[in-house]
Amino acid sequence: MNIFLGLAETVLKEGLIYGVMAMGVYITYKILNFPDLSVDGTFPLGACAAAACISRGMDPWLACLVAILAGALAGCITGLLHVKLGITDLLSGILVMTAMWSVNLIITGGSAILQFFNKPTIFTSGPVKLLPPALYSHRQILLIFILALAVRLLLAWYLSTKNGLLLRAAGNNEQYVTGLGKDPGVLKIIGLSLGNACTAFAGCILAQMNENADINSGKGMVVMALASVIIGLAVFRKLSFVHFVTMAVLGSVIYKACLMAALQLGLPNSYLKLLMAVLLTAAIVSERFGKGGKANG
Amino acid sequence: MAETLIGLEHIDLTFNPGTVNETVLFTDFNFKVDKGEFVSVVGSNGSGKTTMLNLICGTLSPEKGRVMLEGNDITKMPEYKRARRIGRVFQDPAKGTCPELTILENLALADNKGSLFGLSRGVNRSKLDYYKELVAQLHMHLEDKMDTKVGALSGGQRQALALVISTMTPIDLLILDEHTAALDPQSSETVMELTLDVIEKKKLTALMVTHNLRYAVEYGTRLVMMHDGAAVIDSYGKDKSAYRIEDLLKTFNEISIECGN
Repeated sequence: MNIFLGLAETVLKEGLIYGVMAMGVYITYKILNFPDLSVDGTFPLGACAAAACISRGMDPWLACLVAILAGALAGCITGLLHVKLGITDLLSGILVMTAMWSVNLIITGGSAILQFFNKPTIFTSGPVKLLPPALYSHRQILLIFILALAVRLLLAWYLSTKNGLLLRAAGNNEQYVTGLGKDPGVLKIIGLSLGNACTAFAGCILAQMNENADINSGKGMVVMALASVIIGLAVFRKLSFVHFVTMAVLGSVIYKACLMAALQLGLPNSYLKLLMAVLLTAAIVSERFGKGGKANG
Repeated sequence: MAETLIGLEHIDLTFNPGTVNETVLFTDFNFKVDKGEFVSVVGSNGSGKTTMLNLICGTLSPEKGRVMLEGNDITKMPEYKRARRIGRVFQDPAKGTCPELTILENLALADNKGSLFGLSRGVNRSKLDYYKELVAQLHMHLEDKMDTKVGALSGGQRQALALVISTMTPIDLLILDEHTAALDPQSSETVMELTLDVIEKKKLTALMVTHNLRYAVEYGTRLVMMHDGAAVIDSYGKDKSAYRIEDLLKTFNEISIECGN
């Protein structure tokens, strides 16, 4: 039973961390209809930026802010490549993802893994110190939950503002936004900045939990985030009281649970990325079947 | 002497220049619309009607020549900036509304046109009654469906809504781009009536492209027939009132025979 609880906590922790990214990708993929591949580069960007800041003695919360801004900037570049230079959405993402490899190496000073053991992180300093001893051992899951909740509330709030509504319109019908006298390209750039800010924040949280940043940690992030979003929407679509952003983060938890179950059932670690690809394919196919069924019924 | 609102001056435009599909549409094309006019434009496919609208709205740029709005050169102004003063309803009802947003959300966005789209609340519920009143004028019972996604409405309803949206905030020019062509005859009549209503009420200058010769003859203060990138008929006032569908059809057929259609 304890083993099971331990696994459940791991699933929740990772599900919620990657869920922060999934919420960002919900904005680019579902709202803006933009398959953003740059997240493979901006996830480790957030991790590396935070690690570099913390290992130089910066406050870990300030390091989070740096990571978020770095992600937003990278997303902004993806948007500029697409909107201003007319490069296709997929290629814009690939360009930024590729460039991020070097950027991340420069940030870590050339090493593939930047460790910062025993430096203060958001999990070892600041507000978590105030937790009563009974809860302190669960501080990671508690803090991750609060951070994910904060991102969820912020994004849902943003989407209900005038600017958020216009962003939704831009993904839906660019001509409509043009008709309102606004440049739909600017909204795409805003959306991509938001999506990659969330992604970098997720990378930053993971790095602080592990007390190291791995520049390889971005591999497969696009696949993971898309699968989370699609699974979340497929499972919870019928529940109208659940916000779409919440669906994305819950989808990420379900996705992580599937991966964990497969590993526990004896799937060798080397098969993991293969399984991830298969899961995304299955999610996309089932999504299409679901839609087909609706159209026929 | 009426004041010119919009003018196309010495426009040259060629499609696919330098390829085997090169088509010269406009050579030294001139066209202007005065304030307060309601211009109906007819013409066969490829005559340059919609291209003319695209030049005015900024969807297309001319190779040579200028686009003028109230005496200011707007040739280089991007489409979204021109949209602040020019409203447009398209042939495709899907273009004038956002299908994934509700009627209320669509109207709230349109209501904010010209202001900052900032971080204040997107939908102002206190204006709900005003929005309901606006759509109630359409007599389509949309006021009972404010929280319905626009994608679930019929083409006629969407087009009527698009008309409300494009004229909700003050504009100088209303462009109607075959806006009844994709609708069934009944909806087409309804949308046309609503159009006349709004043009009259808001005293708008309007430029309407249509394939419906009856609309062109019956409505508007000026009638233009385009052919091969030129206006072959341009009639105002009494001359325009004397036009009948038969006259238009005759000219139309003569041109078509010339072209070997």
